[in-house]
Amino acid sequence: MTRSTYLGWLVAATIALILVCAVAVTIGPAAVSLAQVAGSIGAHLGLPTAPVPLLTDSIVWQLRLPRVLTAALVGAGLALSGAVMQSVTRNPLADPYLLGLSSGASVGAVCVVILGIGFALPAAAFLGALLALVATLSIARVGGTITPVRAVLAGLAIAQLAGALTSFIIFWAAKGDSYREILNWLLGSVAGATWESVAIAGTAVLVVGTGILFSATRLDAFAFGDTSAASLGINVNRTRWALLGSVALLTGAMVAVSGSIGFVGLILPHLVRGVSGPGHRRLLPLVAVCGGLFLVIADTLARTVFDPRELPVGIITAFIGVPVFILLIKRKKSHLWA
Amino acid sequence: MGVDLDQLSFSIDGTSILRDVSASLPTGSVTGLLGPNGAGKSTLLRLIAGIDKADAGTAALDGVSVGSLNRRDAARRIALLEQNAAPSVELTVLEVVLLGRIPHRTKLMGSFSGDEDRGVALDALEAVGARSLADRSWHSLSGGQQQRVQIARAMAQQPSLLLLDEPTNHLDVSAQLSLLGQVRELGVTAIMALHDLNLAAAYCDHILLLDGGLLVASGPPAEVLTPEIIGAVYGVDCFILEHPRGGHPVIVYSAAMSA
Repeated sequence: MTRSTYLGWLVAATIALILVCAVAVTIGPAAVSLAQVAGSIGAHLGLPTAPVPLLTDSIVWQLRLPRVLTAALVGAGLALSGAVMQSVTRNPLADPYLLGLSSGASVGAVCVVILGIGFALPAAAFLGALLALVATLSIARVGGTITPVRAVLAGLAIAQLAGALTSFIIFWAAKGDSYREILNWLLGSVAGATWESVAIAGTAVLVVGTGILFSATRLDAFAFGDTSAASLGINVNRTRWALLGSVALLTGAMVAVSGSIGFVGLILPHLVRGVSGPGHRRLLPLVAVCGGLFLVIADTLARTVFDPRELPVGIITAFIGVPVFILLIKRKKSHLWA
Repeated sequence: MGVDLDQLSFSIDGTSILRDVSASLPTGSVTGLLGPNGAGKSTLLRLIAGIDKADAGTAALDGVSVGSLNRRDAARRIALLEQNAAPSVELTVLEVVLLGRIPHRTKLMGSFSGDEDRGVALDALEAVGARSLADRSWHSLSGGQQQRVQIARAMAQQPSLLLLDEPTNHLDVSAQLSLLGQVRELGVTAIMALHDLNLAAAYCDHILLLDGGLLVASGPPAEVLTPEIIGAVYGVDCFILEHPRGGHPVIVYSAAMSA
């Protein structure tokens, strides 16, 4: 694909993301028009726009916009995490959810929520993600090598343990609606998103995402494995751990605001590679935008399909993600990772 | 680029893999690295490439110790092709060859379009006779084509020293001969681990013969590939003939020696 075709895709996806976000804000129990969305946002940014009724304004600015933006940022962060993990572990099935990072981050997050030290939430989620990552890779490592299948199995064990711990901690501290809370952490939800969520997710995606983007060439070098990467001038161990640490940081921040949402990090990189090719300078920006697009749509479905009841968004991503996961396992190209 | 190995030693978890390997290989020479399985051939290549660090001794390129170079500077001088490498993602042939340009990119982002890199990559494919494969998927190639593309990737790296770990593995006879012929034609200093003694005799200027981590013989093929040395290292009886056209030794095996 030529450079201009690629940029065309990137611009189209970005415009689609903005449009979908705007439309998503209009959807909900209370009718809001696109003009009112623009008016409300304009008023808060100090632009001379038509005035919007107070109730409509607070629905847009306080409820729906933070939620939609959080979904977009979390989708971008998870898709970036998946793309990086798949490359540095050379495992097409790698994803922060399947390898247990998201569940580990949930344990960390739930601990500080229960202890009432909410400001430590992103840090605790990061620590949880990092511990889960180290545990998964240590379990999967046999005789110095980590096969993709062993990594997924080890991730499954860690995710089950971390999920059980999360549920246990919530029950132990039981107050009010434990079941709802457990579901939100284990299946993921952006229902409670605030501007603080936007700030946490936005900072993580911007800072870590930029760092990852600057590592694009180094990520490319891993295509033929460690020895080949080293012979192309990459400091393999330092690069791998720096990138996996970044993924843990990013995943931790995403889980802190949304719980563990699955399959975004798994399927988006595979779908986007089909358009961008495997080169990371093209893959990473497009996968971030498409991840955001995907999760905004999934979250809008989650809150409208059974209106007025609401599903955790992780149920929607699983409905879409599991068939893709099965296709990945069954396809002929599985020689890539068997 | 001339290569000087000075008493290289390497061990893993206390088990010695290589001991006191010393050799001097002139610029532009093609060296065959021979020895039974487990003799330490791949390890020696990794030490020369600077991927593993020797416990003792040095490998030097034109007097510069590989250990003193950072990875990037080493990668601009030395290309290593490992055995049976396959990519974990779908790559086209051109994308594989472009990987060889990575050590030459500017530190952070590199150029986005990389027209110059593209030119170097296409020239490298041309040189190995694989220009027409540029847009094919790597996984659709035959073993011989994949190896030729790997050589092109190494050439795109523009190294002064080319290290090849069993490049003729799984190739048919014609692919083996054309691949080694191409390595010779490149004109760069090359060291390749080989299993086939006759191929080494035909295509190498110099032979390093390893056995159990020790360098047991070093010299031109005719001096190293003798019935006595081959018998001692590989445990096989053989005759040595002279190639009717090339004049290099041809090894004819008669039987494995009884233990």
